[in-house]
Amino acid sequence: MALKIVKGSIDRMFDKNLQDLVRGIRNHKEDEAKYISTCIDEIKQELKQDNIAVKANAVCKLTYLQMLGYDVSWAAFNIVEVMSSSKFTFKRIGYLAASQCFHEGTDVIMLTTNQIRKDLSSPNQYDTGVALTGLSCFVTPDLARDLANDIMTLMSHTKPYIRKKAVLIMYKVFLKYPESLRPAFPRLKEKLEDPDPGVQSAAVNVICELARRNPKNYLSLAPLFFKLMTSSTNNWVLIKIIKLFGALTPLEPRLGKKLIEPLTNLIHSTSAMSLLYECVNTVIAVLISLSSGMPNHSASIQLCVQKLRILIEDSDQNLKYLGLLAMSKILKTHPKSVQSHKDLILQCLDDKDESIRLRALDLLYGMVSKKNLMEIVKKLMLHVDKAEGTTYRDELLTKIIDICSQSNYQYITNFEWYISILVELTRLEGTRHGHLIASQMLDVAIRVKAIRGFAVAQMATLLDNAHLLTGNTQRNGICEVLYAAAWICGEFSEHLEDPMQTLEAMLRPKVATLPGHIQAVYVQNAAKLFATVLQKHEGETDSQAAQETSQLLIDRLPLFVQSANLEVQERASCILQLVKYIQKLQQKNVEVAEEVTALFAGELNPVAPKAQKKVPIPEGLDLDAWINEPPSESESEDEKPKAVFAKEEPKHYRSRNTEVDEKELARRREVRKQEQANNPFYIKASPSSQKVYDAPGVEHIPVVQIDLSVPLKVPGMPMSDQYLKLEEERQQKEKAERKKKEKKKKREKRGKGRKADSGPESEEDITPAQHVDIVTEEMPENALPSDDDDKDPNDPHRALDIDLDNLLSGFSSRPLADSEKLPVRTHRPEVLKSPAEDRVSESVPPETKKKSSKEKKEKKKDKEKDRKRSKEEKKKKKKHKEVEEELLESQPEEPVQSEETKEAAAPPTSTSAEEVTVPSSAVETSSAAVPESEPDEPKDTEPEDTKSSKHKKKKQKKEKEEKEKKKKKRHHHHHHHGEAGGEDSVQNGTVEEEEPLPPMSNYSVLAENSFIKMMREDAEQVYDIQGNHQDESKVVVSIIFENKSDSFLKSMEFNVLDSLNSKLQRPEGAGPHDGLTVPFQLPPGVSNEARFVFSVQSIVMPQKLKGTLTFIVKSDESSTHEKLDFKLHFTCTSYLITTPCYSDAYAKLLESGDLKGSSLRLEGINMPFHHLLARICFHHHFSVVERIDSCASMYSRSIQGHHVCLLVKTSDQTVSIDAKCDEPSLLGNVLDELKQTFSKC
Amino acid sequence: MIKAILIFNNHGKPRLSKFYEHYTEDTEQQIIRETFHLVSKRDENVCNFLEGGLLIGGSENKLIYRHYATLYFVFCVDSSESELGILDLIQVFVETLDKCFENVCELDLIFHMDKVHNILAEMVMGGMVLETNMSEISTQAEAHSKMEKSEAGIAGAPARAVSAVKNMNLPEMPKNINIGDISIKVPNLSSFK
Repeated sequence: MALKIVKGSIDRMFDKNLQDLVRGIRNHKEDEAKYISTCIDEIKQELKQDNIAVKANAVCKLTYLQMLGYDVSWAAFNIVEVMSSSKFTFKRIGYLAASQCFHEGTDVIMLTTNQIRKDLSSPNQYDTGVALTGLSCFVTPDLARDLANDIMTLMSHTKPYIRKKAVLIMYKVFLKYPESLRPAFPRLKEKLEDPDPGVQSAAVNVICELARRNPKNYLSLAPLFFKLMTSSTNNWVLIKIIKLFGALTPLEPRLGKKLIEPLTNLIHSTSAMSLLYECVNTVIAVLISLSSGMPNHSASIQLCVQKLRILIEDSDQNLKYLGLLAMSKILKTHPKSVQSHKDLILQCLDDKDESIRLRALDLLYGMVSKKNLMEIVKKLMLHVDKAEGTTYRDELLTKIIDICSQSNYQYITNFEWYISILVELTRLEGTRHGHLIASQMLDVAIRVKAIRGFAVAQMATLLDNAHLLTGNTQRNGICEVLYAAAWICGEFSEHLEDPMQTLEAMLRPKVATLPGHIQAVYVQNAAKLFATVLQKHEGETDSQAAQETSQLLIDRLPLFVQSANLEVQERASCILQLVKYIQKLQQKNVEVAEEVTALFAGELNPVAPKAQKKVPIPEGLDLDAWINEPPSESESEDEKPKAVFAKEEPKHYRSRNTEVDEKELARRREVRKQEQANNPFYIKASPSSQKVYDAPGVEHIPVVQIDLSVPLKVPGMPMSDQYLKLEEERQQKEKAERKKKEKKKKREKRGKGRKADSGPESEEDITPAQHVDIVTEEMPENALPSDDDDKDPNDPHRALDIDLDNLLSGFSSRPLADSEKLPVRTHRPEVLKSPAEDRVSESVPPETKKKSSKEKKEKKKDKEKDRKRSKEEKKKKKKHKEVEEELLESQPEEPVQSEETKEAAAPPTSTSAEEVTVPSSAVETSSAAVPESEPDEPKDTEPEDTKSSKHKKKKQKKEKEEKEKKKKKRHHHHHHHGEAGGEDSVQNGTVEEEEPLPPMSNYSVLAENSFIKMMREDAEQVYDIQGNHQDESKVVVSIIFENKSDSFLKSMEFNVLDSLNSKLQRPEGAGPHDGLTVPFQLPPGVSNEARFVFSVQSIVMPQKLKGTLTFIVKSDESSTHEKLDFKLHFTCTSYLITTPCYSDAYAKLLESGDLKGSSLRLEGINMPFHHLLARICFHHHFSVVERIDSCASMYSRSIQGHHVCLLVKTSDQTVSIDAKCDEPSLLGNVLDELKQTFSKC
Repeated sequence: MIKAILIFNNHGKPRLSKFYEHYTEDTEQQIIRETFHLVSKRDENVCNFLEGGLLIGGSENKLIYRHYATLYFVFCVDSSESELGILDLIQVFVETLDKCFENVCELDLIFHMDKVHNILAEMVMGGMVLETNMSEISTQAEAHSKMEKSEAGIAGAPARAVSAVKNMNLPEMPKNINIGDISIKVPNLSSFK
């Protein structure tokens, strides 16, 4: 045997191992790809062999190739094989490969569940460790669900090595399977105080990660963390805790106050920079949360700022960076304390490290005041000129705009200066932020009325020199500013000195090379300008000039009419026709100007950016619904060729444009000359320019001087520097004046004592240069102030927003509901019970169901809120809440318990409104089975809401159904039930060594023939809606249809002969004898589940309903109609609902004397007592109230509220059951059924 | 959370890549290239933090890296990690490698990627820091290799012999990233116990 192994390994040693592969790749530098492909072929051969060592070696090599970028997903199955090797060496290779290339889309991952479970429970701690490590990288929702319990168990493993890994991986499990958070949390919390520091650190790590996303749920842990913080010496843990506190303090200011002291101590005492830094950070967070009126904390701020200054001044760039980062946080709330370090920050702007410069830029934002804004921006403009990389330059640009525009242009005293800064910024070549500058121009021009005249003049110059901006057109984002320029000139054309010239500039042929949306604005605003010009001329009764203007438009507009851009084309042809008409009128000497101007009359008001979003949606409007059926996808393709054809035209014009450029050049030359002659910085567009243009002297200026490709300076532009000087002068003047005044004042005040004089330096005293009327933006009248629409709905952490507090603190708590426990496989008894769960279930207080339903509703409301966003007013919500609460109270005794995990949530409180709306949607949801069978969806009481979210809901439904189906296929029996039974059997009882429970199935064969087999779930889900729907109860029957033949089954119809008492729920409009179509077809060998709802009136008697299933069997040659008869048996048991009850309540119930008794004796029962109990729990929906040795009391209640109590005793194969119930016939039937259950075995 | 750990050399050749979120192989290579591009153009004496990896995670994430002789060690982390802490973790990682390989150099990483992965797995698990104590990490790593050796037993002997022979003609290994003699200023995050 040993010889064989040695021989095998000798064969093997000539295979390439990882080292050989790497060496080979290094030796084949020129034809690496080719070499690797031969290697992959070899690997494929090796993977085909049976020897696991060879396979492992191959997989190891694949892992390396994966790193080099080769897709190795084809070997996923082999990886699984290697993972399942019994040898640690190979197993590790397998898990490593899996962790590198498995992900949620890997299909073989579902094959690994059992292997991983086996490894997790392996006696060898390293096997377990490797499995945990691997799993942490590729855990999927399915794996998380199936393995959550195993991992929970490992959290109390004896070896700290395993414990810490298990604790850490829980975070990943929570992410993928949020339902596991509540059951696992108590144990996780326990681990915070684990004796091993590694485990402790892991637990801190996980909770910090959780709390970061949903801090409010972890506030209750603050005292514990506080204790840890003061006791722990592990810096890593300390940092995590301190970071966590940073996240918690905004929610609880009292916590912050407590923290300040220990944190300050730490700041003073620690030598570790990382810890110091985090402390400072958290102190800042605390101070922010306390910012309102806590003057005595100024010492802390000073301390922080001081420490940060030390960091920033440090030669270590890392510390400098972090110091600046933290500074920016202080800046938000305490700008004053940061402003005193302006020197330092400005110095950092010159740092050679870009990261640091960027951080410093962030800080500048808060450094500015009215006084120093111009100075700072000037400095930044210098940086803009110097900056090489476009990214940094773009960053500078956005920062300049940010700084200037912050809080509604608070710091700008001179808008002329700002406009000229913006104009200067347009000189930036290749910036991405043209649109940003454009929107600023628009914003300022619209909102600052006083500046319009100046802005229009500037924009007109920009338009005139548009060719400079569009040097190399399309790529250049800066031409976006022309959009703004054109619009401003058009809209405020009354301020234009020479509208005719601007009009001419806007209709130049070269405009046709601009992007379409800009051209469209050009055309539209040309029309506005036209109106202005007309009016002007008519005012001067210069009909000749007016007609010339019309002619100009008629000449130039056809260029745009042929544009490829639809918008341009449409506007142009519209306006062209208009102008033609005007021309006709003009020729008849009709005064038109007034009417034309009326076309563009009326002022446009600025609208807040979020205004549209805030308009409340009127009731009954569903924006998601299709108005018409969606068109088929193929249609859109037809339109493409058209666009391609039309696109060719602009090219044609471009060639023509170059000719016109000559004229342009001449004109620009002229402007330049003008500029030089007069003020070097700033020229008002003078009306005389037109004349100078005609002067002959212009020709002599050499053309060479103008370099088109380097448009460094736009002629005729004002320079912002000039304003800086002006501003300084002005301020000095003002200051002088003010001082004079103050002196006067002081003299006056001297007698009365001086105070409240903020001093001459105070910023508020600087008056703006011009009177500025900043118009505020408009919002819809009844807009909501809420801003909660920022959260990303796809964030996995949203699902983890689970209330955990109740789990922890004593009485008034919401314990884990049965449905929340982690799923356990019933036939894996070793993981069946975990102490934590037991403990939790023991402490279940009597008002469980009430609470849980309430909580569910809260959750529901949360969801609802999300969905509704800000659609509804708060008032309404309140009302809604009240209504719901009333409903809840009206039937406090009604249990809401059922078998399915989520289905437990079926709120009996969802009112009849829902019952009415849902059937109407039956057609829509037909693919998702009968609508009533899905009460797990949180439904709204308001019909319009239900509708609006239908889309989403439908999807969810389908998903959920699919999941359920999967689950069922895999286990083929209902494990939740088994679990409930198992749990119950040990509830309250001493936890003793008990034999594992045999698997129990809930499905029984309903009917079968050669074609089809119908399996019916014994335990129907029962929904009691008695309280609000007459006195009927609804029962849902799940039936699995399995195709046993090898033909296709379709058109299945399910029909039941109604009795007086029980009726099949049919969709509205269907007759009482119509069948229900099963919403699926069955290919050979496939099974699927459908649910049917029955309404039942009396539940005291068992009932039998006759039914038929008709279907079509379709084989290759023929299709035949077939039918299958069955009998649906509704046992009394099926009307019982597992309901927990507590011994005191139970005793009271028995004492009340309302119950009538009956008893039953069973002989020859040969099974352990806990099996017996489990069976009763499982099959008959009882729960154990108390168990003492071989005696147990059990409780259940019917859907109509009958109490059923059992006292089960056993001695020597004899079981006696004393039962009490307030409905004797029901009791009798239940006992009969009990008897039957046990006679079977 | 740590989103990814990358090791590549001065030429951008990947020596180890560990992504804690799933990306396709192509995206992974792109990320490595992009990261290399960002990191390699930085001077030696600038800060070790970098924002703006576009591919991986976006603005919330930071790249924290260290450069040792021929290798870059880059950790991509989100805001829940302490920057200086991660810098220290990189140091711990490199020192552990040094201990396990006895004067680690780039070639060790090239030829024993699996081993490096295993050491890393004892330190970071699923993107979360598992252990920061160097001796604890190396103890576990040693225990693992001991188990491996005991499993190989006699069967492994011939393979080991062959591989030893193969290794004899390895190119003369420049043992050049001996971190012992490279003095990196570590912010004194003193005791990670």
